[in-house]
Amino acid sequence: MPADSLGTRPLTGVRIALAWIVPVALLLLWIAAGTFHWVQSYQLATPQGVFEELVSLGSRGLLAKHILASVDRVFTGFGVALALAILVGTIVGLSRTGERLLDPTLQAIRAVPSLAWVPLLLLWMGIGESAKITLIAIGAFFPIYVNLVAGIHGVDRKLVEVAHTLGVRGIALAARVILPATLPSLLVGARIGLTQAWLFLVAAELLAATRGLGFMLTEGQQISRPDEILSAILLLAVFGKLSEMGMRVIEARLTGWTDSFR
Amino acid sequence: MNAINIERLTKAFDGKPVFVDLDLVVAQGETVAVLGPSGCGKSTLLRCIAGLERPTGGTARAEGDVGYVFQEPRLLPWLNVEKNVRFAARDDVERARVGGVLGLTGLHDAARLLPKQLSGGMAQRTALARTLVRNPSILLLDEPLAALDALRRMDLQAALASIIATLYATALLVTHDVDEALYLADRIVVLGGSPSRIETELVVPLNARRRRDADLTPERTTLLRALGVEDHLPSFSI
Repeated sequence: MPADSLGTRPLTGVRIALAWIVPVALLLLWIAAGTFHWVQSYQLATPQGVFEELVSLGSRGLLAKHILASVDRVFTGFGVALALAILVGTIVGLSRTGERLLDPTLQAIRAVPSLAWVPLLLLWMGIGESAKITLIAIGAFFPIYVNLVAGIHGVDRKLVEVAHTLGVRGIALAARVILPATLPSLLVGARIGLTQAWLFLVAAELLAATRGLGFMLTEGQQISRPDEILSAILLLAVFGKLSEMGMRVIEARLTGWTDSFR
Repeated sequence: MNAINIERLTKAFDGKPVFVDLDLVVAQGETVAVLGPSGCGKSTLLRCIAGLERPTGGTARAEGDVGYVFQEPRLLPWLNVEKNVRFAARDDVERARVGGVLGLTGLHDAARLLPKQLSGGMAQRTALARTLVRNPSILLLDEPLAALDALRRMDLQAALASIIATLYATALLVTHDVDEALYLADRIVVLGGSPSRIETELVVPLNARRRRDADLTPERTTLLRALGVEDHLPSFSI
């Protein structure tokens, strides 16, 4: 088959095969690096080593403990962020006064790199759960808030006019027209927010934790166990991807009414 | 008694007047069509009556329950046909009317479809049904059939005529279709000029209303002239 026909219209099978070439090559390289001792074992574990470490952690009940701790933090922080973003975003989106009152401050806070809050949070709340959850919530809040406000501002004026001709105003207008119309933007924001929550989870657990996937990373570094570090990275990839897929399923379920290209 | 009173109505956008000191009265039960070139302020007139635009001067009042039908269906995309119609219902009496209105507009089999699944004609029927659920005494129709193909349009013109008759409703219809105006209206008003004013007013003969087979050639010619369209009737003699 000529190369250009591949480029213009790749078959599904070919596309999937292309996507797998790089990961498989990397995996082979990884196995080779361990087998032929290109790299010292305290720097890089073999895939078999990572697998054995996962099995060992699992058999000792540590795997479940770390995963549960992290998942719990992510969803608690994300839940707090979602609730706050919906509350504040609705006020800012719907009320001009609310926007003038709150949005400048929030935009200023958003401009601060979120990790800059870490020392302050540790100072205020210590190294307990609340500091970690607050950090995760700060990270997840802004994508949800920004998307929700943009969604409310972008609601089709024509639909609002219909509501006006029917005498639907005020809270009824918000509840029956504007918020349902905003649902797609809100869900996009929530998906990005959840990804951010995982990012900030690692940041929080790297700094101060006694369990969780981020803690596995620190511990692996301190006791020179690359297999533990790589196990944690692998688990983070899996759970990040799983929660993103979950959000996409929710999006597809709730916004099947949109008449978009895709 | 008048259903719609427009007195010395003036509307300007950014200081540029669309119409100045417009007077128009629509009697109860009367159907008046407003014709005019695009940009003459036909839609603005309806929007002033419905309160969607604030008049620059004068008043535009409708005495009664007003139903507004836009040029586009403007359905809520997350609600199916039945729920879009139900959206307009204010109480149990009106909610109980939903089924009947869906039947009247020929939408019974489409009740569960989402707006994105509807053809243009069905979507506009849904918009009409949504308005009718309140049993309005006054219908403001802003080129409601303009986006439809010719056959679908004739079909819905007939439906509209029978609905207006059934409700004993007053209707103010904005259109750019001379034949539609002649078929549906009791009286036709032509807007023109800049700023617009009423150029011509014409009463459709009683025995020619809501009839496709009526010979309205003289009225048609008058309207087309008022709209600045030269008629292309054959001028040969036998």
